[in-house]
Amino acid sequence: MGIFDKFKRGLEKSRDAVFGKLTGLFQGRKLDDSVFDELEEILIAADVGVDTAVWLVGRVKQAAWRERLVDTVRLPNLLQMAMEEALAGVDSRMRTAETGPSLYLIVGVNGVGKTTTIGKLARRYRDQGKRVILAAADTFRAAAIDQLVIWGERAGCDVVRHGPGADPAAVVYDAIMAARSRSMDVILCDTAGRLHNKGNLMAELAKIQKVASRELPGAPHEVLLVLDGTTGQNALNQAKAFQEVVSVSGIALTKLDGTAKGGVILPIVREYGIPVKWVGLGEDIEDLEIFDPAAFSAAVCQP
Amino acid sequence: MLEGLSNSLQKALGKLRSKGKLSEDDVAQAMREVRLALLAADVNVKVVKDFVDKVRERAVGQEVQRSLTPGQQVVKVVYEELTQLMGGQQARVRMAAVSPTVVMLVGLQGAGKTTAAAKLALSFRSHEHRPLLVAADIYRPAAIDQLQVLGRQIDVPVFSMGADVDPVKIVEAGKQEAIRQGADVMIVDTAGRLHVDTELMDELARILQLVPADELLLVVDAMTGQDAVHVAEAFHEKLSLTGVVLTKLDGDTRGGAALTVRAVTGCPIKYVGLGEKIEPLEAFHPDRMASRILGMGDVLSLIERAQQTLDMDKAQEMEGRLRKAEFTLDDFREQLQQVRKLGPLDQIVKMLPGVNKLKGLDNLQMDESKLQRIDAIISSMTKQERSDPGLMNASRRRRVALGSGVTVRDVNQVLNQFEQARQMMKQFSGVGKRMGNKRAALQSLKSMPGFSGLSNPAELMVGKENPLLPGPGDAVGPRRHHKKKRR
Repeated sequence: MGIFDKFKRGLEKSRDAVFGKLTGLFQGRKLDDSVFDELEEILIAADVGVDTAVWLVGRVKQAAWRERLVDTVRLPNLLQMAMEEALAGVDSRMRTAETGPSLYLIVGVNGVGKTTTIGKLARRYRDQGKRVILAAADTFRAAAIDQLVIWGERAGCDVVRHGPGADPAAVVYDAIMAARSRSMDVILCDTAGRLHNKGNLMAELAKIQKVASRELPGAPHEVLLVLDGTTGQNALNQAKAFQEVVSVSGIALTKLDGTAKGGVILPIVREYGIPVKWVGLGEDIEDLEIFDPAAFSAAVCQP
Repeated sequence: MLEGLSNSLQKALGKLRSKGKLSEDDVAQAMREVRLALLAADVNVKVVKDFVDKVRERAVGQEVQRSLTPGQQVVKVVYEELTQLMGGQQARVRMAAVSPTVVMLVGLQGAGKTTAAAKLALSFRSHEHRPLLVAADIYRPAAIDQLQVLGRQIDVPVFSMGADVDPVKIVEAGKQEAIRQGADVMIVDTAGRLHVDTELMDELARILQLVPADELLLVVDAMTGQDAVHVAEAFHEKLSLTGVVLTKLDGDTRGGAALTVRAVTGCPIKYVGLGEKIEPLEAFHPDRMASRILGMGDVLSLIERAQQTLDMDKAQEMEGRLRKAEFTLDDFREQLQQVRKLGPLDQIVKMLPGVNKLKGLDNLQMDESKLQRIDAIISSMTKQERSDPGLMNASRRRRVALGSGVTVRDVNQVLNQFEQARQMMKQFSGVGKRMGNKRAALQSLKSMPGFSGLSNPAELMVGKENPLLPGPGDAVGPRRHHKKKRR
């Protein structure tokens, strides 16, 4: 299945629920201000946020003027172009270490799907023939370590872990040592979910990053912020706060198989310039895709 | 919590407050800003529309226009409509006539069901119930372990049958087990599921057919965006929910989901969860939340919390000593410990009226470790020194500093703080000779450094510290407000 189809399939529900309205809006209407007002509302209802919705509608309006449109037939294409523009410059490749293991730090607030995303990433790298080791640095939440161990078994890789309540930075340290001695290619570090407004927990994250970069030059090679696709405008606050503490290098957007369509990535990419690298489209270990701005925009806009 | 919404709404309404007369343009402008504030807070588009229409209608109506302070009346209208939108009154949990009462938690993945289940069990236990937790999430890896660990932490039994049994069977057997143990409340933790996943939604329906729930609570992440509507509608349609639990409200979310979910399903929000630390879930009070959103603080919740956690006998005993001016360092430390029991300081402070208007408080980390240090310093003193701080000469101060691992300056600071507190006590001790319990709790609070601004709670709710809301029957009270602070 091509990536476009997979996106389309995953996003089907959202298009029905939210963007399905687009089709209705675009059908057989004269192009006037009420169409643009409705378009703006639909975009806001897709979590795009007021500012970015206004911006997108402005772009569509301009293009429509330029093309001297009188009906709405071409609007989906124009919206798609505007979205692609908003997402332009997204480079979804993962940075790797020149030699030795690449360390990827996975961060995010509680319950967004960090551990699940790690399971899926692990499987993906294993399938590419890479040697993967997992670091269970969520030592806080009850049974989080067990959860990662189960994902490790499913993906077929080892898990470095300490007991509950241990220092997460120490777990990461041990994982780096283990990765060196077993010549691993990829280290995936799970971290405890933390709300971005808890200063002490964010400081803990900074410590993990510090330890990683001290023990492994260039690490972390990627800091992935996991965002729940159903999250609203608060995702902007999350991106900003994590960005400030651990310089997030990419976003993994999860739970896109529901009716929410993660419209919030548009303002995030546009305002903070953090690229979206992965999207989670389901609960199976295979349901993780590389983000493709064109496919995403097309899947959303085209009937 | 909800500071963002609070700030932007206050800004939108602030311009109205000072106006003696409201033109239609003024109202229209304010309503536009209210609309944007609500949309930015993820309140559903349609809900926002209805809300703004209602407020606008009332704002241009007689009730407001004829009052002498129309601007403040609009704020009052917004407050009332917000309260209404969130359900009006506090909704209580429905208990079954024949125990066990079955409480089932459902929701999307990662909403916080398992944590909420444990917290709920703790709430029930603190109300003298005997809860049993039932682990029916067989899908997420280690979900059952998580519930078991939490159960052990709070000392509540957990019933599980492993991950290879049909959840329907687990819940059925769980009910038998609850009856056998004599548990009067059974809390079922179900797997997270998408509302569009027909198979899993059917599974819930099957469970409910065999074991009807007295309370079927939808657990909603307060950070959820516009999609909250679809989720709530779908769950409600399929399963007829009885209420909502709102989680992760300790973040900086604007919590529009709270407003949306209640508005589209008509189900009351029964509990709110704050954080992953297992503490009892808090009951949801729409009026108090509305007052928090409008920056009026939530002194009632604070006092209630104080009543629950502070030791009244000790407080009264201390008060007696105060009156005889016998306040010692031991008492000082006792007070610090009691305030720490109230919860994280930053949460407490945000319940105070007007506090969220202070600039930069968002970034202020209330430093719990400072309290610990004070504790250590006082612990390093001898009994004699503690009861008579006047003894503390330079050499004693040096010894205490060494003993508690701080500098002499820190010791001096603590002694100064103590002296200030003692002075403050003297001033207060004349007040309130016949204090009821509420007053007593407040009294012990306000004697704390930093809480000294607290006076009579009724005054705080409507008084000079609170420029936003006219007092009850106080439509004609502009003079009381003429000193309000502006930013």
